[in-house]
Amino acid sequence: MTEESKYRDKFPAKNPDGTNKIDLDSHKFIKVWQGPNHPGITGNMSLELDLQGDEVMQCKTHVGYLHRGFEKLMERRRFIQCFPICVRIAVPEPDFNEYCLSASFEELAGIEIPEAAKWMRTLLLEMSRLQSFLMWMGGQAGSFGIGVVGQWTNYARDLVLDRFEEISGGRIYHMHMTPGGVRGLPPTGFENRMEETLQTIEEIMKDVKDTLFDNTIFKKRSIGLGVIKPEMVEPYGITGPNARAAGIPKDVRKDYPYLKYPELDFDVLTAENSDAYTRAELRRQEIHMTIDLIRQIMAKMPQSGDYMAKVPNVLHWQIPRGETYVRAECTRGEYGYYTVTDGSGYPRRINVRGPSYTHAVALMEKMAIDVNIADTAGLMVSLHTYPPEIER
Amino acid sequence: MNLKDLFKPFTAWKNLLAEPVPIKKPLERQGAPRYRGFHKNDLEKCIGCGTCEEICQNAAIDMVPVEGEETEEGDSGLRPRIDYGRCCWCALCVDICTTGSLTMSNQFQWIDSDPDVFRFVPGADEKYWDDEELGYKKPDNYELNNLDRIEMEEMEPEKRNHTFLEIVKGFSKEQAIQEADRCVECGICIATCPAHMGIPSYIKAIRKGDVEEGLRIMYETNPLPEVCGRVCTHKCETVCAMQHRGEPISIRWLKRYIADQVSLDKYQEIMGTDNLEKREEKVAIIGAGPAGLSASYYLAMMGYNVKIFEALEKPGGMTRYGIPEYRLPYEELDKDVEYIKSLGVEFQFNTKVGEDITLEEIHKDFDAVFAGTGLHLGRSTKIPGAEHEKCYQAVDLLREFTQGKEIEVAERIVVIGGGNVAMDISRTLARLQNKQYGQVQLVTTSLESEDIMPADEEEIIESREEGITLKPGWGPKEIKVEDGKVKGLKVIKCLSVFDNEGRFNPKFDQSENDFFAGDMVIEAIGQGMDISYMEDVELTERHKVKVDENYQSSKPWLFVGGDIVKGPDAISAIADGHKAAQGIDNYLSSKGEK
Repeated sequence: MTEESKYRDKFPAKNPDGTNKIDLDSHKFIKVWQGPNHPGITGNMSLELDLQGDEVMQCKTHVGYLHRGFEKLMERRRFIQCFPICVRIAVPEPDFNEYCLSASFEELAGIEIPEAAKWMRTLLLEMSRLQSFLMWMGGQAGSFGIGVVGQWTNYARDLVLDRFEEISGGRIYHMHMTPGGVRGLPPTGFENRMEETLQTIEEIMKDVKDTLFDNTIFKKRSIGLGVIKPEMVEPYGITGPNARAAGIPKDVRKDYPYLKYPELDFDVLTAENSDAYTRAELRRQEIHMTIDLIRQIMAKMPQSGDYMAKVPNVLHWQIPRGETYVRAECTRGEYGYYTVTDGSGYPRRINVRGPSYTHAVALMEKMAIDVNIADTAGLMVSLHTYPPEIER
Repeated sequence: MNLKDLFKPFTAWKNLLAEPVPIKKPLERQGAPRYRGFHKNDLEKCIGCGTCEEICQNAAIDMVPVEGEETEEGDSGLRPRIDYGRCCWCALCVDICTTGSLTMSNQFQWIDSDPDVFRFVPGADEKYWDDEELGYKKPDNYELNNLDRIEMEEMEPEKRNHTFLEIVKGFSKEQAIQEADRCVECGICIATCPAHMGIPSYIKAIRKGDVEEGLRIMYETNPLPEVCGRVCTHKCETVCAMQHRGEPISIRWLKRYIADQVSLDKYQEIMGTDNLEKREEKVAIIGAGPAGLSASYYLAMMGYNVKIFEALEKPGGMTRYGIPEYRLPYEELDKDVEYIKSLGVEFQFNTKVGEDITLEEIHKDFDAVFAGTGLHLGRSTKIPGAEHEKCYQAVDLLREFTQGKEIEVAERIVVIGGGNVAMDISRTLARLQNKQYGQVQLVTTSLESEDIMPADEEEIIESREEGITLKPGWGPKEIKVEDGKVKGLKVIKCLSVFDNEGRFNPKFDQSENDFFAGDMVIEAIGQGMDISYMEDVELTERHKVKVDENYQSSKPWLFVGGDIVKGPDAISAIADGHKAAQGIDNYLSSKGEK
């Protein structure tokens, strides 16, 4: 037994700045890399964990495994050519990218899109929210070892993707919102099929509630895990359900109304004590709220009418000098596009603000400390992050 | 711990008895009717414009030659080849397709061990989904192309049928930019334009707001932009990619817009021609029509000393003496000519070669000669009565009217012919009738039915608007003369103009006839040439002067072009003049080397 290990302590010594003093040579600690290929990371990024025993003493996040340079690529594309690229920035939720990109070009070019297109976009965004939450639900359950929920919710998600396929001809990359409007209205009979899908999802969600939320194992492991205190929300730039679960009613749909949200009836859902369980429960409720919103949209949206504004010839479309920030509420929080145009045929700069950037990097590094290694995956998933949008 | 929470998850066991979720076998699953699956291309519809290639952000599309697809007017002969290693199935190529030939099927399965097969030409390489009806097609009401033209403002018919002021008002800057914005820059028009003008490039210059650049581009291939911007036969527009689903780009009016924007005094500075290097050789041009003017411009640009011999008193040839002022105002023609003059080209008017001076005499003083004397002789129908003094040739009347001579205008007139010359003389005389009699009583009749009349569509429409009665589909039989006076034209029904082999061979129905009353008859059925001044020159079987690709005749120093070789139209003549100028340069340069 070495001299140091005699004095092994649960808590590492502190540096003068208050951070943990991790000295690997002391043999008190062990370094573990979680990711870049790990299901609990929800994509390709890596957590560099310093453990003492099975507890995380320090967490560093590493990104760069997914960098495809979308923002830069878009600077070398005509405006219309950006829209097949932007969808890849958040694979499970391409529609928020489509919306923000199109809306920012439209704002800078002074194009007003038709009413039917606004309704259609609202519908697509809510459908996207629904399928993304469903996939997340499976991930959250899976990361705590409850695999069956993922089977159910991914089946439910597939049904939503079927509806997407009907509208847009694509399941994952819908590419239905082009600058100027949308590529079409729903086909005949869509409303009935959508309703059928929503009812199936509601049935599945009952099972999910019984199996996951009223489950001792899940409760034991998630209650008290990764608590986000309300005072952390502003400094860490936390948005979406992560913030709302801490009691901060942040929702872009209400705070900065866009598209047809002002005409829809919904409340911002909040909770107290934002731990992994509360966040999961809030998202479960949001699934039901989204289902309700889709029903409202289906009832209100026009069945016919123009859905595409007149745009200049897209091959040499030049947008006047300007800059804008367009935001939307995605499943993880505020999604935003800061777009600069310089009067040429290409965007001067597009900066994508994905909520995962703050949640998966700064927040995760803080949350992971003192967490059991077995729960880091569950914690990471409970922050609901998509690494592709961290490194655009 | 809550007991409920311990047992509730076990309710999932109920699913053991539930029906399994039917996951269809992937091979049996059908894509949705709008599914963006594998590409299809209707090769017959496709014109190889390459707009799909242009919009593809992945560079997945290349335009390639395809067996069985020939390059022809309005078709590049190329077809899109798609690389499925790059394609992202965004369907922008389908949306932008100018003809609507490119679509997608709802099929999405294709398994092969050879990676190279996934780069294929839809439509040409047979695929199992070629006949699949379902799949993504450009939705209606969703359009990335602007299909409608910017309307050109024109003088109203009731105003213009009294005056020879120009009818077409021309584009404003805003209108021109909007119209220029419609162009997809496919370049199909370049191949069809006889002069191969850089059309997409000068249209782009308009979009950029740089008319000076546009002017420079136009002069590379056409030194008569004011003329062509007004009266060109615009073959480019008939092949424009946009006309397949919408209206073609107004290329002619855009050309006119550029030329109209720049004043003549800036031309030399813009074109950088204020200090041309001179050569010693001298070239004579016979005829100051489009061919001669074009040749003289390009020769002057190369530094040659150029002199034009013109039979009439002013330059322009048929563009001045054939085309009425309401279509081409003389000052616009003069602007083009003045610029050519400013480059040092000399003009000698009222000198008819063959009468006032012989070709051999010219040859003595000049190193090379270009002849572009055009078609100035009218052709007669040779029907009974055609020899009457009140039966005129359209070209003669148009020329005399331009010269300011008094021409006869009867109260009732019959014009024979269905081409642009027939329209020109009809509309000129209609204006004069209006002045003299306060009304138009003019019948224009042609062999051709209206759908195959050679005149431009807008000429036909505008003629009607100006009060002219068009009677297409009748063959002239006899000019009725009573007591020495013309009474009108007897016609018989024309059943067809061309035979099965496309040769001119009209068929008539003698039983169906009509009579158009008139005090004078005008023939506008085509023109002939007078090349008697060229002696011992080899002719073709069709009695035209035989020239090689450089427009060089059997006499090496004599180059011939314009309507007497090709056409008849101004832009072909301009193209001939340009090529002949290059031919002359080659000839004189190689001669100098010897």
